[in-house]
Amino acid sequence: MRLLLAALLTSVALPAMAGEIWVTNEKDDTVSVIDVETLEVVKTYPTGERPRGITFSKDFSRVYICASDSNTVQVMDPNTGEILHDLPSGEDPEQFVLAPDDRHLYIANEDDAVTTVVDTESRSVVAQINVGIEPEGMAVSPDGKVAITTSETTNMAHWIDTSTQSLFANTLVDARPRHAEFTADGAALWVSSEIGGTITVFETKGQTEIGKVRFAIQGVNQDLVQPVGFKFSPDGTKAFVALGPSNHVAVVNTATYEVEKYILVGRRVWHMAYSPDQSQLFTTNGVSGDVTVIDVATEEPVKSIKVGRFPWGAAMRP
Amino acid sequence: MTRPYRTTGLCAVLALCCAMPALAQQKPALAVPMVYLRQQVPQPPVLSNLDPIPEDLGIAGAEIALKDNQSTGAFMGQNFSLTVVEVPPEGDLPAAARTALAEAQLVLLEGEAEHLLTVADLPEAKGALLFNVSAGDEALRSDACRPNLLHTIPETAARTDALMQVLVARQWADLAMIVGPTPKDSVYADHLRRSAAKFGLAIAGEVPWTFDTDLRDSTMDEVPRFTQALPEHDVLLVADPTDDFGRYVLHNTWLPRPVAGTHGLHGEAWASVIEAWGAVQLQNRFEDHAARPMRSEDYAAWVAIRAIGEAVTRSGSADPAALRAYMLSEAFQLDGFKGRALTFRHWNGQMRQPIAVVNDRALVTLAPLPGFLHQRNETDSLGLDEPESRCTAFKE
Repeated sequence: MRLLLAALLTSVALPAMAGEIWVTNEKDDTVSVIDVETLEVVKTYPTGERPRGITFSKDFSRVYICASDSNTVQVMDPNTGEILHDLPSGEDPEQFVLAPDDRHLYIANEDDAVTTVVDTESRSVVAQINVGIEPEGMAVSPDGKVAITTSETTNMAHWIDTSTQSLFANTLVDARPRHAEFTADGAALWVSSEIGGTITVFETKGQTEIGKVRFAIQGVNQDLVQPVGFKFSPDGTKAFVALGPSNHVAVVNTATYEVEKYILVGRRVWHMAYSPDQSQLFTTNGVSGDVTVIDVATEEPVKSIKVGRFPWGAAMRP
Repeated sequence: MTRPYRTTGLCAVLALCCAMPALAQQKPALAVPMVYLRQQVPQPPVLSNLDPIPEDLGIAGAEIALKDNQSTGAFMGQNFSLTVVEVPPEGDLPAAARTALAEAQLVLLEGEAEHLLTVADLPEAKGALLFNVSAGDEALRSDACRPNLLHTIPETAARTDALMQVLVARQWADLAMIVGPTPKDSVYADHLRRSAAKFGLAIAGEVPWTFDTDLRDSTMDEVPRFTQALPEHDVLLVADPTDDFGRYVLHNTWLPRPVAGTHGLHGEAWASVIEAWGAVQLQNRFEDHAARPMRSEDYAAWVAIRAIGEAVTRSGSADPAALRAYMLSEAFQLDGFKGRALTFRHWNGQMRQPIAVVNDRALVTLAPLPGFLHQRNETDSLGLDEPESRCTAFKE
């Protein structure tokens, strides 16, 4: 009933909003809300300490925010900016992923070598799974059966069976894995390695490595080409990969694993989100404190939008 | 705001070790024993009592790296262990080293350069892999290098080079220097001179530190007059690696000038002020464990154990020769929380690493700085480059 009501409220509220990009500002303890039409920051809401991961519920009636230094996941009403309640998240939540059931959050507890599974309805911890040191990247397969945690110091992707909440495989990747995503069909898992400078591609079925993406930008020292966050294009043929302090986003062909283009963005690019119609991509640039808007069709940067200090996570709401 | 699910890092690691055997027991665990061998060195008295040298300096870094390795090892079926051996100043280092080498062929060595060479030259160490975690001496990376001795502590020259890159970037080109009275002070001063020359800076004048009284109550009278005689300069260098008098030079100079060298602005392998590149995680793990900030010596030991862990994980072997070959290969890369992958220089076994140029409260920058180019790797603009090193032991 509550869900239905929320859905109704959202649909009523929709015409007033043309779409927003929500950006967490790690060093300001705020979220900036960017209007996709005007490409301006229209609201800034306070959050807990050191906000990083951010994601919306399926109906966009709630926004979940990892407040890392407050050791909690905050649940905010995106219409008012009001914190509705906190979820027990385990210590130092950095990134998380909402399962397809719209109910369970899988949270990486960076300081604790643990992945915490939280039921957002009962607001309780369902499971805590021991993983490697400094868990960070989180992904869940489209069918919801497999969750992934990457651990930055252990250099592994940990494969979690969500029916038992236990590990069933641990696969090595290159140094400092940061982010993981399943392809839309769930057949492959991509894992970026910041210090290794690569993306490792696994076949989901056997957890075997089937590909490696490497990057090289002319005129940029190889040490600074550090893949972190990434998103697949709407049609799945490309991946947009944030390359950290090289200040570029790579466009990777998902069939050949070759880089087709490098797009110049702001300094130390972290994560990204699409506009509701997926025609624009918004990247968070930590050091320059802004967001670059990329035109997806032309693969060109079109605008920089100043946000707070050290923008990190990004999420879209229509 | 309830937080009922806090667990400490240690609990998590312990639980991990216990919980994982189901995955790891498919084959017998690969044992990777390691030793931290410390030759205790008497420290000279210094003026200030403010900053005693921690007794677990270095060792604490090795201990948290062991936990890191055990985490990966639990998933890989590799069992890392560490034994700490301390030899008193008058103790029998060769005997202790032989005993240690019988237990483990992967050994972290802490001591002066002569102690490291004593161990490296033992017949029992011939097939072992040793890590220098304490000595910045240039000779160990040049004439006196040994094929079985890698270095995770940076050479002193890398630290003074990093400092000079910052001074160049600031265009603070005219330098003066105060040199302490001990042989170590002279060596450090010589590194500062050579690094200054390497980057085109001039040391216009030098004075030896000659005070032989406890001048802590009179620094404001004595030190300004002492520095008055120096020629005009932008920065005043201090060569006082034992931390005897340098702290009393800051803000007591005749001219209002920044101090650099061993005090004020200085280069370090690690400092508590490093917080980017995920470093906060390492700083937190260390402080939880040791109840003090992490220092360069702790970092050197941490890096050595982590390098062993990385090589064992990737090669699946604990054989020192196999690990050495992997570490010196192009494939080896270690995340050291300094924004660039750490690797080993193939010509002398020195770990290639950025150097933090810091003051007491903040990171100024991580060297190499932009613009200091190098044909192989920008980090090789710091320290002993291949053409300058007279080490031949690493040539196959």
